[in-house]
Amino acid sequence: MATLSRDQKLEAQRRMLRIRGFDERASKMVKRGHIPGTVHTSIGQEAQVVGATMALREKDYMSGNHRSHGHPIGKGSPLGPLMAELQGKGAGVCKGKGGSLHLADFNVGSLGESGIVGSSIPIAMGAALSSQVLGRDTVALAFFGDGAANQGVLYESMNMSGVWNLPVIFLCENNQYALSTPAHTVTSGVISERAAGFGIPGIRVEDGQDLLAVFDAVSTAVERARRGEGPSLIEVITYRYNEHSEGLRLGTDYRPADEREAWLKKDPLVLLREHLISAEGFSAEEMDALEAEILAEVDAAVAFSEASAWPEPSVAFDDLYTDSEYAA
Amino acid sequence: MSVMSFLGAIGAAQKEAMDADERVIIIGEDVEANVYGTTGGGKTRQETGDFVQMYGRNRIRNTPISEEGIVGAAAGAAMTGLRPIVDLSYSSFLYMAMDQLVNQVAKNRYMFGGQASMPAVFRSAMFYGLNTGAHHSDRPYPMFMNVPGLKIMVPSTPSDAKGLLRTAIDMNDPVLTFEACLLWGLKEEVNDDEFWIPFGVARTHRQGTDVTIVAISSSVQEALAAAAELEEEGISVEVIDPRTLVPLDKQSILNSVAKTGRLVVVEPAHRTCGAAGEISAIVAEEVFDSLKAPIVRITAPDMQIPFSPSLEKQMYPNKHDIVAAVKRVTQNDREIARA
Repeated sequence: MATLSRDQKLEAQRRMLRIRGFDERASKMVKRGHIPGTVHTSIGQEAQVVGATMALREKDYMSGNHRSHGHPIGKGSPLGPLMAELQGKGAGVCKGKGGSLHLADFNVGSLGESGIVGSSIPIAMGAALSSQVLGRDTVALAFFGDGAANQGVLYESMNMSGVWNLPVIFLCENNQYALSTPAHTVTSGVISERAAGFGIPGIRVEDGQDLLAVFDAVSTAVERARRGEGPSLIEVITYRYNEHSEGLRLGTDYRPADEREAWLKKDPLVLLREHLISAEGFSAEEMDALEAEILAEVDAAVAFSEASAWPEPSVAFDDLYTDSEYAA
Repeated sequence: MSVMSFLGAIGAAQKEAMDADERVIIIGEDVEANVYGTTGGGKTRQETGDFVQMYGRNRIRNTPISEEGIVGAAAGAAMTGLRPIVDLSYSSFLYMAMDQLVNQVAKNRYMFGGQASMPAVFRSAMFYGLNTGAHHSDRPYPMFMNVPGLKIMVPSTPSDAKGLLRTAIDMNDPVLTFEACLLWGLKEEVNDDEFWIPFGVARTHRQGTDVTIVAISSSVQEALAAAAELEEEGISVEVIDPRTLVPLDKQSILNSVAKTGRLVVVEPAHRTCGAAGEISAIVAEEVFDSLKAPIVRITAPDMQIPFSPSLEKQMYPNKHDIVAAVKRVTQNDREIARA
């Protein structure tokens, strides 16, 4: 069983708090019109995200999806340039050209989130191919949801990674709904069991709110990949507390009323906080201080973003090609 | 210099690039067995074997039939240090990978504010004119001209194929190369040494004063044959091959039309929103006052490709169409000259 040290558990809580604090603030900012477009929050899914990213090294790669802020935050990306990107500012991590849906921070191995469901899965496979061809010990992890689990490209990727024994982890964040559609109504069988068809391990983490359980499962797969033993599929059962996207009002109750209440009682931040106090000897005051520290970090990120200028109009015409002489 | 076929020149460029840079890999269906003729090792095969024997299976990646996965893997690999050459065999198969090509390969560098570079080449063969029916006969390069972020080459001679492909492989941006199978057997003397042909530089195959023909892919050979025939009738034709459509050497085309005052654009793709339409529009916008006659496009019709040889051969521009078009745009002058 892969376990986290006391310090690592504290770091995990810090990263989960960052995601919660960042996304709660982003949600408010969308509703007040301070963030253009739309955002998809990871609120409720923090353990599933951070349990996975804590199992990766700094130079390991990952690709993600539209529920996009948690992944880079979990991998260690600083909050200021991420918030500036959400606001479309010049100091954004993608210079204001990606926005919430297309965050990427190559400094921490974040090869990009994706607005197309399933589309970034083979990107992680390709990063794993680089590792193998060039003899690096890096691995790659693809985050995708239960919706993407029904895209064909996942199975092309699992098959190719299987035959080539690539160091890649396919991590299905099963929050049980593809927008409004319950996963069980569109998914035949069990997602994790599909791995068997490709001769690779398929692991189901039933309690994705338990960071330690997610970390254990992902670490096992990561170490396996790093040893050259090939890919794994991990399905983590979790739940998003907010709507599919912020500001979305469907006017239908596609989720049973008591379902969210039950999942709120398993809040991953509360669970790990209690563990840190009861099993690791931290005091409630220390936990409160950590929470306050992270809220201050979020405040600073928003201040950084607010202080950043809009990008120059010419920025819209940069970065299409590496040799800009060919642009426009 | 040695005589190389179009296909042999492509293989030679791949071999050069594989030798020059260990980050170059070849990935695609049937590349191990050299089914499409560019990974066999060419002239050195007797001594050094084919690509698999020379470079090993770590760098020669035979794939399952999974175009979306192949292109996505190449994109991810290109962003993390490799320089993949992806052999997609038939250009009609590009559609299977449309999401990866358009949403990932073309957009990632831009969306991520320049963090990514995408040094990948996507090769595909256009099997038109060979009685393979509608699922194998596409000439889809104009669709991809409409996707900012991709570069597009359409070589028409063995030398151009070698020099442009080498440039494409060494470039840090994604390149789609469309190779007409009708040209596979075309042979000429090609420089055996490494050489690079820059993108965005058209090749003027033939100088002329009366009419400019801009021809693309296999239409270049048809245009040259037409020009030779027209010369005997006293009509001087300039034949320009853009060689790369993105970037496009607009200036060479504009300069030529400014000189001749007449433009015929020939290509094997469909008429609507084709490269010919784009080039015509650029000329009309930029040097309208130089035009002495309406621009003429000669293209495939907006129709699918039939199987039967008797039906298919009428679908693509040929020498006779080009000769007729040139005579049409020069008719006024000839009538004036006779008067």
